[in-house]
Amino acid sequence: MFPIEKIRADFPILQTKVYNKPLVYFDNAATTQKPKQVIQAISTYYEKENCNIHRGVHFLSVKATEAYEEARCAIRDFIGAKHAHEIIFTRGTTEAINLVAYSFGKKYISAGDEVITSVMEHHSNFVPWQQMCLEQKATLKFIPLLEDGSLDIPAFRNLISEKTRLVAITHISNVLGTINPIEKIIAIAHEKDIPVLVDGAQSVAHTTVDVQSLDADFYCFSGHKMYAPMGIGVLYGKEHWLEEMPPYQMGGEMIKEVFFTHTTFNELPFKFEAGTPNVEGVLGLHTAIRYMLDTGMDRIEGYEQELLDYATQRLLGIEGLKIYGTAKHKASLISFLMHGIHPYDAGMIIDKLGVAVRTGHHCAMPLMEYLHIPGTIRASFAFYNTKEEIDRLVEAVVTAKEMLL
Amino acid sequence: MTISEIEAEIVSEFSLFEDWMDKYNYLIELGKSLPVIDPKYKTEQYIISGCQSQVWLHAEYREGKVVYTADSDAIITKGIVSLLIRVLANQSPKDIVEANLDFIDTIGLREHLSPTRSNGLNSMIKQMKLYAVVFQQKYGERS
Ligand SMILES: Cc1ncc(COP(=O)(O)O)c(C=O)c1O
Repeated sequence: MFPIEKIRADFPILQTKVYNKPLVYFDNAATTQKPKQVIQAISTYYEKENCNIHRGVHFLSVKATEAYEEARCAIRDFIGAKHAHEIIFTRGTTEAINLVAYSFGKKYISAGDEVITSVMEHHSNFVPWQQMCLEQKATLKFIPLLEDGSLDIPAFRNLISEKTRLVAITHISNVLGTINPIEKIIAIAHEKDIPVLVDGAQSVAHTTVDVQSLDADFYCFSGHKMYAPMGIGVLYGKEHWLEEMPPYQMGGEMIKEVFFTHTTFNELPFKFEAGTPNVEGVLGLHTAIRYMLDTGMDRIEGYEQELLDYATQRLLGIEGLKIYGTAKHKASLISFLMHGIHPYDAGMIIDKLGVAVRTGHHCAMPLMEYLHIPGTIRASFAFYNTKEEIDRLVEAVVTAKEMLL
Repeated sequence: MTISEIEAEIVSEFSLFEDWMDKYNYLIELGKSLPVIDPKYKTEQYIISGCQSQVWLHAEYREGKVVYTADSDAIITKGIVSLLIRVLANQSPKDIVEANLDFIDTIGLREHLSPTRSNGLNSMIKQMKLYAVVFQQKYGERS
């Protein structure tokens, strides 16, 4: 039995009422809620341990530095990286991708080169490449989708050319829920020695990720989508890429020696961590990972798939409702529309019934254009959600439909 | 009727509603009955930016008054536009520019709109007033 009662009790915000109704939180793909263990870790840090790291020799500084570096090792183990120094702390997925777009782009991409991404990307894994390509006079190419919202792999093979320098692809679509065959994509790209960056923002919280067995060159994710605080994220990069790439931001921490005329840079991972880092975020992330591992990644995945199956079946029972993204391998989120109803109208009424869903383009405007829709209503589940909550969603959707049609 | 008279009328209509459900149902009804805009104005040029759903607004000047037509692909948005049109249509540019539209807060419309929608509401009002400003400049103070 999945210990759902115990888990729910760990997330204080789930007791909240909105519009006098118990909150049903189905916007987990935007950000997840935090267990009290994570909240506690942050306050303990400020109550007992706060200190700047890597700088002082005094007691607190040494302790805080140790905790910070322990977290790095825990993350290395969590995603199966080879070295702790391949783990770079960033503000989130967005900053991780921008770092690679800037540093990798600067060094390896020049006029006439090509980068491949897909039409299903979040703006975070789209705009940085688009702008970098514009800057370097390179071309950005897009993997198209099949009818069910999965990537067209043969088309991907055809996009690869002698000029391809990088493939940047999401592991799980934040709109369609599709789990992309990342291992296969990486293997195809590696046949031609093309590195692959994976946007893992939607995956790390829901499934076990092993960057070494995937053989990913870069893997990015955000703490706040995996029960950790906002403002902390991770860039994993293979050692040799990170060694070769120039630094992204300049400042304290990332230097070895500074002279009036030049500077030598610090070694990995510090070379990419300029300035005072988000220590509370790192400690919170470490605690969140512990929480997930204690719960068990396999159990989380199994339970969330159960929720997905139940919600899919219940929502499809509503006449005129269409689900966008019906790939065989899907994460626990559902995008849908009702015939003749604008998603904003429905979203507004569903919200008033105490169910938090997201409506709109979900930061994937190119995908909306590709699908010819104005947006979708998206319900995304976490392991603290229940089937009873899904029943409330279904009720709310039916009410919205009755009011709006 | 003057702008403030119409506002008062809307406020008293909304005071009859028990809860937000009734208010929404009313907005939906209004949305459904908003007179259609001439399709030639449903183009990029007439879209109000800042709204999450698409809103098209057109205005013309007729005998000292401003005549608005509008449409939206979302029905609740359409209901809100229709309220604004009811208040501001067939008024003089000067009165439109000076209207402070307190009824929006009085009937609790803003609190029921998510911030993005509330921005959309502000954009709508701004655009309607902008038309009035232009007509005022074009046709002089007598308007
Ligand atoms: C697939 C995907 N990539 C990237 C991001 C951006 O993450 P963040 O805003 O935490 O940087 C998100 C967040 O919505 C996402 O879903």
